[in-house]
Amino acid sequence: MTKKRPTVYEELQEKGYSRREFITFCGLMGAWLGLEASGVTQIVKALETKPRLPVIWLHLQECTCCSESFIRSSHPIVGDIVLDKISLDYTETLMAAAGHQAEKSLHDTMKNHKGEYILMVEGSIPTKEDGIYCCIGGKSAYEVLKEAATGAKAIVAWGNCASSGCVQAAEPNPTGATPIHKLVHGKPLINVQGCPPIAEVMAGVVVHILTFGRIPALDSLNRPKAFYSRRVHDTCYRRPNYDAGLFVQTFDDENAKRGYCLYKMGCKGPNTYNSCGVIRWNNGVSFPIQSGHPCIGCSEENFWDNGPFYEHLKSFPGFGIESTADKVGLGLGVATGAAITAHAVATNIRKRKLINKGLKEIEKEKENAKE
Amino acid sequence: MEQNILKLDPKLKLVYVWQQPVRIYHWTNALAILVLCLTGYLIGAPLAIQSGAEASYSYWFGIVRFIHFVAGYVFFFNFIFRIYWGFVGNEYSRWNNYIPLKKKQWKGILEVLKIDIFQLKLGPYETVGHNALASTTYFITFIAFVFQCLTGFGMYAAMSPSWFPKLFAWFVPLVGGDLAARHIHHLLMWVFILFAMIHIYLVFYHDFIERNGVTSSMIGGWKFIEVHDDEKGEVKDER
Repeated sequence: MTKKRPTVYEELQEKGYSRREFITFCGLMGAWLGLEASGVTQIVKALETKPRLPVIWLHLQECTCCSESFIRSSHPIVGDIVLDKISLDYTETLMAAAGHQAEKSLHDTMKNHKGEYILMVEGSIPTKEDGIYCCIGGKSAYEVLKEAATGAKAIVAWGNCASSGCVQAAEPNPTGATPIHKLVHGKPLINVQGCPPIAEVMAGVVVHILTFGRIPALDSLNRPKAFYSRRVHDTCYRRPNYDAGLFVQTFDDENAKRGYCLYKMGCKGPNTYNSCGVIRWNNGVSFPIQSGHPCIGCSEENFWDNGPFYEHLKSFPGFGIESTADKVGLGLGVATGAAITAHAVATNIRKRKLINKGLKEIEKEKENAKE
Repeated sequence: MEQNILKLDPKLKLVYVWQQPVRIYHWTNALAILVLCLTGYLIGAPLAIQSGAEASYSYWFGIVRFIHFVAGYVFFFNFIFRIYWGFVGNEYSRWNNYIPLKKKQWKGILEVLKIDIFQLKLGPYETVGHNALASTTYFITFIAFVFQCLTGFGMYAAMSPSWFPKLFAWFVPLVGGDLAARHIHHLLMWVFILFAMIHIYLVFYHDFIERNGVTSSMIGGWKFIEVHDDEKGEVKDER
């Protein structure tokens, strides 16, 4: 790997992209990252001068929906930039190599680019039974991750699996699925949340690393602020219906036809941080709420356990799946009312006697006083 | 205890128990909680309105939420004031009434449970300020207040441009995100509702049994305390 590596732009040219397409892509990225105009120039410059980014992309306990999302992004360069242009040296799903060759490719990258490669992980790590639930090349997912993380410059955790465990970590979590940030410490780590994350968000993170040589600004849950600082609810085009108190009651009512707010249908938009309302999906065509379906909160921790998806209130653990806080509260309210009534009756039986007795004694005393 | 709990000429003494700031706090708090529970419940389960109107003609849900947030601020600062008053107020409003650290307080809790709640013993058990069980219960509600403020303002931080709710934003990730915070917030609403039911009932109960004017004491501040001949320190003879 001593030969001079071509820059990203050079490779794109080779691939047949025009200057216009390249600049369009840089402009899009700048907008999504929320950069000012000069930031776009920085992106252009970086892609023109910097060589490909060495990347190891691990597929662990996951469904590959993150990769699927990525290759369906709005601008062809978005997919190309990771899948072709940023030297994807190792990725179980897409690489041509197999078996020992693949293992060799992985180790070559780890050796030759020690301290510079970016480790991108899709999927969680099973920790129960020594991690036998996910093994690659005779090694457990945890061992593979530990080995690859040692020489990584930064770690990108793609999707809900790698960020918080997703469906395999839902109750009762039979494999002990654990997100990356709980297992690897001491490395810059980005949680790119979502099941899957939006392709443009994934590209934005990659471009940011490539352009500025460091990870983007993160929030308290290690999510890039540029994409996860606002709730789906705040950017939802149906929000005026929420403020006006116009809600869909059932999926087939008039209100659903009119496109009212899906809050009462269990929409998790008010509790979910993502860019769906802004960037949308599939080339900006739509997003779940626009298609008439409530947000299920796929970019939030434990979203499988915070269900049911179509109920506004979380089901209450220990009281059966039908119970909600309101049902439990109402039940306790009725019980309290009954207890109060019982107490009042008991008081009247037990203490009334005492009071009556006292009153009689007073009457007697009065009579005695008269005499 | 077979003593007559009624006397022909009971020696009654007026004690100024609840100072004016405590009374104002109490009713502000009651009003704020009432408004917060009503609007909060509506926010959790909005009324079904079938309407053909455009969203731009209506804002009722926005107004409900606005009232909730305003009442939240009132509730919070009122609570802060009460904590302050717990250090500067009279002996009945002092902070150490509320935290059962002394053996005497635990004994009191047991006594109140026996006499008033389970009625195993016949009374009376008289205290001038809060009884030991009541003050411990208030302490528990104060903890609920804290969590209600943390979850409430924590969630509000996401939608408010103001700096103040941002001070609470750190709490939400600790409980596992907005949904979990919302769930806690919702459950605590029910704690307040149950508390209010029991609280109001027990005030009426004590007024009936102890005849000390406890209900009106939260309006005027004065309680009527019977002076016993065999004074055992339960009723302090001081103004």
